[in-house]
Amino acid sequence: MNTSVITAGHDVAGHHEHHDDGSKTLLGFWIYLMSDCLIFSGLFATFAVMAHAYAGGPTGKEIFDLKYVLGETMLLLVSSFTFGMAMLNMHAGRRNKVLAWLAITFLFGAAFVGMEIHEFAALIHEGAGPDRSAFLSAYFTLVGTHGLHVTCGLIWIVVMLDMVRRHGLDAVVKRRLSCLSLFWHFLDVIWICVFTFVYLHGVL
Amino acid sequence: MSHAHEQAAHGGKHGTLSSYLVGFGLSLVLTLLSFGCVMTGMVPHHLIVPGLMVFCVAQVLVQLGFFLHMGIAPEQRENLMVAACALLFIAIVVIGSLWVLHNMNVYMVPGMSHG
Repeated sequence: MNTSVITAGHDVAGHHEHHDDGSKTLLGFWIYLMSDCLIFSGLFATFAVMAHAYAGGPTGKEIFDLKYVLGETMLLLVSSFTFGMAMLNMHAGRRNKVLAWLAITFLFGAAFVGMEIHEFAALIHEGAGPDRSAFLSAYFTLVGTHGLHVTCGLIWIVVMLDMVRRHGLDAVVKRRLSCLSLFWHFLDVIWICVFTFVYLHGVL
Repeated sequence: MSHAHEQAAHGGKHGTLSSYLVGFGLSLVLTLLSFGCVMTGMVPHHLIVPGLMVFCVAQVLVQLGFFLHMGIAPEQRENLMVAACALLFIAIVVIGSLWVLHNMNVYMVPGMSHG
């Protein structure tokens, strides 16, 4: 008898959970994104106060190549747009087009991460690594954290490609793609602040 | 008819091809203006920083609106409240850090106060 009561209780709980998960998942994910914002605001604040702590090492004007950064920015901006195309096709129920646009988004994102790794490697090679000055420590931590987020986004895209391929566009897949969409666009918003405050402001 | 209505309702909430194109175009223009401010050398020096701030805020708002579909609709009130709370925390962390460290530089390190 006890068991049946517990089972019944589970049933009610399970049903209730199923009833309202869609909107609450997105709200919950939004709250996560806002707390991620706080991580970045801490890193931006650190960068701002260390922006001139060169310790006799290179300054932003000497090490930042704005044409290269503009290239990175374009890759991320285009990837944001192509993800939007994937979402439009998701709402229209076109599975194959979702797969294609997700794959295109992955390529642009991967190119961005590739350019960033190349940039970091060149800086470290020139002796402007994160151990050179507080300015460079703050720079590598802030830009590296963003790059790490993009890398996580890329892994998530691969996972979603597999999920869409296996399960099609069911409610769970759609909800997860909506979360990933928020995540990916959010990273582009963070990058706007990075190129403005770190690179453009840094070379002045 | 009902299908078209459903699509229209979805379009408002999730964006349409034209809204993504407008958002992308505006972002592109604002990005080029930001980089142009610094790279072309055509902008008077005292206007560069204010220009960068304006273009940055504008592009963040454009992307929040056109890509993340933030709005002032009643069903988005919870999202907006969370965002407003985050904005307050960000302001406290960033402005507070800059203020405290500025004072530290002014009062603690001789020679930097008149820099």
